Amino acid sequence: MSFQSKHTDRMYVVMGIVLLISLTFLGRLFYVQVIDKSYQLSADNNVLRYETEFPARGRIYDRDGRLLVYNEAAYDLMIIPRQATSIDTTELCRILNISKEDFIRKMDKAKAYSWRKPTIFEKQISTITYAELQEKLYRFSGFFVQKRTLRKYPEPVAAHLLGYVGEASQSKLDEDPYYKRGDYVGISGLEKSYETELRGQKGVKVIMVDVFNRPKGSYKEGKYDTVAVAGKTLRASIDAELQAYGELLMQNKTGGIVALEPSTGEILALVSAPSFDPNLLVGRVRSDNYRMLQADTLKPLFNRALMSEQNPPGSTFKLINALIGQQVGVLNENTTYRCPRGYVSGSFRMGCHDHRSPLDLRESIQHSCNAYYGNVFRNIIDHTGKPWEGFAIWRKHVTSFGLGTKFNTDLPIEYTGIVPTNEFYDKYYGKNHWKSLTIISLAIGQGELGTTPLQLANMTAAIANRGYYYPPHLVTAIDDEPIKNRFTEKQFTTIDPKYFEPVIDGMAMVFEQGGTGYRSRHDSIVMCGKTGTAQNPHGEDHSIFICFAPKDDPKIALAVFVENGGGGSKYAAPIASLMVEKYLTDTITRPNLEKPILEANLIDPSKNVSP
Amino acid sequence: MREQRSIFDGIDWVMVGLFLILVFMGWINIYAAVFNEEHQSIFDATQRYGKQLFFIVFAIFVGLVIMLIDGKFFSTFALPIYGLTMLLLVVVLFTARDVAGARSWIDIGAFKLQPSEFAKYATSLALASYLSTINIRMDELKTKLVATLILVIPAGLILLQNDTGSMLVFGAFALVMYREGLSGNFLLFGLAMAVLFIFALLFTPLTMLIILGSVGLVVFLFQRRKTWKLGLSIGAVLMVLMGFVYSVDYIFNEVLEPHQQVRINVLLGKEDDPKGAGYNVNQSKIAIGSGGFTGKGFLKGTQTKYDFVPEQTTDFIFCTVGEEWGFLGTFVVIALFAALILRILFIAERQRSAFTRIYGYCVASIFLFHFMINIGMTIGLMPVIGIPLPFFSYGGSSLLGFTILLFTFIKLDGYRLQQLR
Repeated sequence: MSFQSKHTDRMYVVMGIVLLISLTFLGRLFYVQVIDKSYQLSADNNVLRYETEFPARGRIYDRDGRLLVYNEAAYDLMIIPRQATSIDTTELCRILNISKEDFIRKMDKAKAYSWRKPTIFEKQISTITYAELQEKLYRFSGFFVQKRTLRKYPEPVAAHLLGYVGEASQSKLDEDPYYKRGDYVGISGLEKSYETELRGQKGVKVIMVDVFNRPKGSYKEGKYDTVAVAGKTLRASIDAELQAYGELLMQNKTGGIVALEPSTGEILALVSAPSFDPNLLVGRVRSDNYRMLQADTLKPLFNRALMSEQNPPGSTFKLINALIGQQVGVLNENTTYRCPRGYVSGSFRMGCHDHRSPLDLRESIQHSCNAYYGNVFRNIIDHTGKPWEGFAIWRKHVTSFGLGTKFNTDLPIEYTGIVPTNEFYDKYYGKNHWKSLTIISLAIGQGELGTTPLQLANMTAAIANRGYYYPPHLVTAIDDEPIKNRFTEKQFTTIDPKYFEPVIDGMAMVFEQGGTGYRSRHDSIVMCGKTGTAQNPHGEDHSIFICFAPKDDPKIALAVFVENGGGGSKYAAPIASLMVEKYLTDTITRPNLEKPILEANLIDPSKNVSP
Repeated sequence: MREQRSIFDGIDWVMVGLFLILVFMGWINIYAAVFNEEHQSIFDATQRYGKQLFFIVFAIFVGLVIMLIDGKFFSTFALPIYGLTMLLLVVVLFTARDVAGARSWIDIGAFKLQPSEFAKYATSLALASYLSTINIRMDELKTKLVATLILVIPAGLILLQNDTGSMLVFGAFALVMYREGLSGNFLLFGLAMAVLFIFALLFTPLTMLIILGSVGLVVFLFQRRKTWKLGLSIGAVLMVLMGFVYSVDYIFNEVLEPHQQVRINVLLGKEDDPKGAGYNVNQSKIAIGSGGFTGKGFLKGTQTKYDFVPEQTTDFIFCTVGEEWGFLGTFVVIALFAALILRILFIAERQRSAFTRIYGYCVASIFLFHFMINIGMTIGLMPVIGIPLPFFSYGGSSLLGFTILLFTFIKLDGYRLQQLR
């Protein structure tokens, strides 16, 4: 018999099945392992956690090395919703001191953002909460703590120029991939303009975690880790004491003070009143305080020193006309004009106050004579016979002082001010249908002029320097490396240095007997100044004073602008004089001058004690 | 007649070699799957890899013992072994504790034994013994019934233990009966029912009626002679099929537990739930897929080691292979399994003894079923049915069971040369 059984060929069917299954598996495996790359990504998402290391934001010091801004540690509780399963919510709510509803709301918010990406669950938890939480964190899977830093301001000054930081907005996130949701970014002031220097470089640590989100060590021996680089330290040009004193003098007033060092263009003080404590805009209280400040009718967030551009420079502008007059040859230091208590031309009359007459260039500044500058201005505009030509020349000289233009300082917001153009008058009066008398207000700094306190201060610095200035700026060194950029390039005015002397003499005479600033004189410091009154259609005139000192080798040039302060000599001149004294001597020797200023209240006139 | 010189005489070294390679690979993959810094030694007996080594040594020892047993023993004692094992399965039902919902373990001192692993062996012997009896013909109804009974008794007892995976393995014996003469139509019918079953799960009964109706109409139209009788019989078949569809629908919705329904839906792609029921398969695919072509390297796997993959030493051990050794590794493992199964089939066919041949087919079928379900499940081609990958998965009972299965066959094959010449 044959031991060969029947159905032997069925062996091939069975073997065929074995091969078919094996080949199906191999095909599937080839697809899953070699062709489809998405599994690699999923695996990384599973096991890799990217922990951001936030660098310490750079500190800011003042010109004398006083600390203005530093960091304080804060802790954000982060969550990865996907991993937050079966946790003791009651316990967590108790530690965080939040309600169950809060918990659910925060959780939903985090889930709406992403299931697998970390989101901030609770911002800036206190150190005490952090300590308790840290111990029990292992019980709340999906939660971890991210260290952050908060800005602190040891001295509550200079809020406007230092600015503040806040969470990056959606538009910032879209525009710069460096920022992730919840990151902080400078929103105003130096924090904004030096954001790149201050923020440093975020580091990232790639760590492996197991299915319970427990760290299991660094990934590939830290090959993909980057170290956080701390932000750079800024040295600001301001003098914190002077700044604080300026803010003190401006209390209960609105307006601005800008003080510059003429030889460098460095801003020594930049006061915008009313001001606020920069610490208000830090941390969890920031949004509430911000709303409060924004709702304030006095607009404390508005930086008047840089943004108040609608107000004319008033009589301070006579200095510019005196300089241009000499430059175009219609005026010299001995030119005299009579002042019949005003400037008269036909039926036109521009009033003036009572002072000696006739007077020369120096005296015209000392007494701020309107008639004198009516004559000078008309001569400038008409010196070629064609007013529009004369005006264009005049305008060129005016803008060379930085008026009507931006300096592009290192502060984020700055307005241009107004210096009218030929086109402006052409449009208003018809092409060349205007003449010097039409625009005579410009002679005494009124009319269509608008200057910010910063521009006035810079104009003063340019006069103090006898013909040049450095663009005003706030930062003098980054990480102890002195800046070398457009701020260290001298800008020349179009006026010959020799024409400055009589003008500066006149400014010194302002503080002499009969001068408009006599009351604010200082016995040992030779100051040069000029009062100004900006006509204000909405109420009391604005008080303006510009000033530099000492006369030879000027160390400080400043502009003071007090809204509704009346004439320049009333508020602005004493404030300027006190600021100069404070900066140059570090003491205040004239309590009789200071006291009324400190007591004055222009915001609530019922409490005002007029000086 | 050749004289027997040693117990290794006539041994098929190919099968032994494949066995050793697979066991070794299984061991180092278990090591990699649970590797941790504290217990670096692969011989550490407190860890699974250390224990698995012990199981391997013990299994090889048992393999050697089998080689010492007389070849006649297995066919002679097939039925007593079967009877004893069935008794053991009954005992388990009354003594076992619940382990993850299943009552399939017997505690023997410090060891736990899973009789269902040995039930496959006993059933193989019994089936081989019965079908190799002279004058037994597969095409007789009585043969089919008795053979089915031999399978249904252990399958039923194991189902009572709540171990569905192991129960399904007994379906693999259909392949053995097919080889022994069972009409291929049974296999095709089974396959067709499986397809219809899946379709019935995928579509609503109404859709199924439309699909089946259209198929019936096409069949009818393509017949040369369109008689009433033909129409009626197609209609009758349609009725039966629709009855099946409805019962599947009913069983799925009314009989199956919700978690079972979800598992099936996930597999069929009707539900996408990577965090719930689909989690295991999804993580398993991620682990295997992330291995790429060459793998991440020995002990470098992250998905398995950090517990993203569940049961990574037992049912999902293949993930470690895929992640650490890549496509090259999975290719080798699949090739080894295919080689082992084909080798068993090849050797079974060269047997003079029907008993040995049928037994060989039983072994091959069981391996094939485990191989197909286990690997298929890790790559999402099969539903998640918890049965081990032979020689790879951690566990003493299964390793011992598979080793006894294989070595009995090796012994029977070696015995062939001494038996008839």
